[in-house]
Amino acid sequence: MTEADPRLALEAAYLAEKRRVLATLIRLLGGFDAAEEALHEAFAAAADRWPRDGVPDNPYAWLVSAGRFKTIDRVRRQARLERVLPELGRQLPSEEPLTEPGAALDDELRLIFICCHPALPPDARVALTLREVGGLTTEEIARAFLARPPTIAQKIVRAKAKILSERLPYELPARAELPERLESVLRVIYLIFNEGYAATGGPSLLRLDLCAAALRLGRLAVELLQDPEAQGLLALMLIHESRRAARLDAAGDLVLLEDQDRALWDRRRVDEAQALIERGFAGRRVGPYLLQAAIAAVHAEAPSLSQTDWSRIVALYDVLSRLDPSPVVALNRAVALGERDGAEVGLAALEAVARAGQLDGYHLAHAARAELLRRLGRTEAARLSYERALALTAQPAEQRFLSRRLEQLSDRAR
Amino acid sequence: MRYACLVYYDPRQLFGGSPESKAALDECASFDDKLKQTGHLVSGEALELPDGAMTVRVRDGKMSAVDGPFMETKEMLGGFVLIEARDLNEAVRVAGTHPIARIGAIEVRPVVDFSTPRPEL
Repeated sequence: MTEADPRLALEAAYLAEKRRVLATLIRLLGGFDAAEEALHEAFAAAADRWPRDGVPDNPYAWLVSAGRFKTIDRVRRQARLERVLPELGRQLPSEEPLTEPGAALDDELRLIFICCHPALPPDARVALTLREVGGLTTEEIARAFLARPPTIAQKIVRAKAKILSERLPYELPARAELPERLESVLRVIYLIFNEGYAATGGPSLLRLDLCAAALRLGRLAVELLQDPEAQGLLALMLIHESRRAARLDAAGDLVLLEDQDRALWDRRRVDEAQALIERGFAGRRVGPYLLQAAIAAVHAEAPSLSQTDWSRIVALYDVLSRLDPSPVVALNRAVALGERDGAEVGLAALEAVARAGQLDGYHLAHAARAELLRRLGRTEAARLSYERALALTAQPAEQRFLSRRLEQLSDRAR
Repeated sequence: MRYACLVYYDPRQLFGGSPESKAALDECASFDDKLKQTGHLVSGEALELPDGAMTVRVRDGKMSAVDGPFMETKEMLGGFVLIEARDLNEAVRVAGTHPIARIGAIEVRPVVDFSTPRPEL
């Protein structure tokens, strides 16, 4: 027992150990509900005991054991041990150590993987991950997603019911399914980040919480998963985040990358991202997140748009479009080509992508086409593309930006 | 945060004498203690049937007090438990352990935080 202020120690333990204790209790007690109740009781017991007995040397182990004991005790008193928790009943006689080295880490991984399980609907994965791994309350998640708390609460209740009814295993994924499961975890984190980052309208301050939560989860994923794609995702989010101050002007309007004041970019975040990218490329497997981060990093290192290493960006897009081909990647590659080889070449590449037809409803494709046409002096064609883009976006800041572009075209025509 | 768990049941069902109802009623006696031990309980009361109730209104400064409400709807408010919980999902989980949840229904209502703006309807 150490000589720390028990009240402060309890608060610190709550912040530091809650997730790990919950993760382990879910495994020991066989479900979320029992584990959450036990977690609650364990902290209640700590509030009672630590001031009297002192703070235990290993708060995690103490809390796990208290939570498990409280549950066993309560179930015994209800005298229906075998009926309610047969799993627990079987475990009672064994004296297996609850917290052998590495067990806590594995439990945290189990928790992340179950919250991001592909069998759950994507929005339920997001809500569950934010609450159980990210430590947000139902009400905080609802505020961030501009939803009513009961809507979020229901998604979480249903997801937990589905985990039970479909007996989704609380285990580390087998090697064969690991890539798919990892992908799902990273996608959930990136979705959370994008939800916070894309939101420029509405109560935007609140939505910064989502970016902060995504960054926390990204750091946790890097720490736990030891995977180059997790490093790539965190790097990518850090570079987006580094531009936050430059991305909107005083009126809240979007500022394009080319017009951003690069002095406002947060170098600390870029440097952290660069280190992650280097670590990622040192690994064997290069994936889409790492490549996207590397592309973003080229921009982050360029002193100005014209001094950007477009050849490197095109080369990275070449690899990305082989690895993870999509119309959006092809579109971005065309834009980079336009910067490297001139608007004519860019437009030709963009038209080739557009012929596949999948980008018709994507406003940024029309905006990019309009931009290239404008540079080529084809004002009328540019106007039509800007108008198409404008009709396709519901985002107020993007609408203002496109309207401004249209006005500039008119000024020039006059 | 605080949440009110409003307990609704059909009295004919709850006091109808089925083994499930009897078991639930028996458990109700110790439910408050259980919540007290887990630290969730703020307060709670079970209510008499509404045929012992009065409904009071004041309009234009005049008070009227009438009997009832009478049991028009099947399910009626039969009690409440005020709990402390981390969030709505924890409140829902705690409400799910109420014995009457197996017979009737528990409505979980967040307690108003007066520092937040009033609803606009």
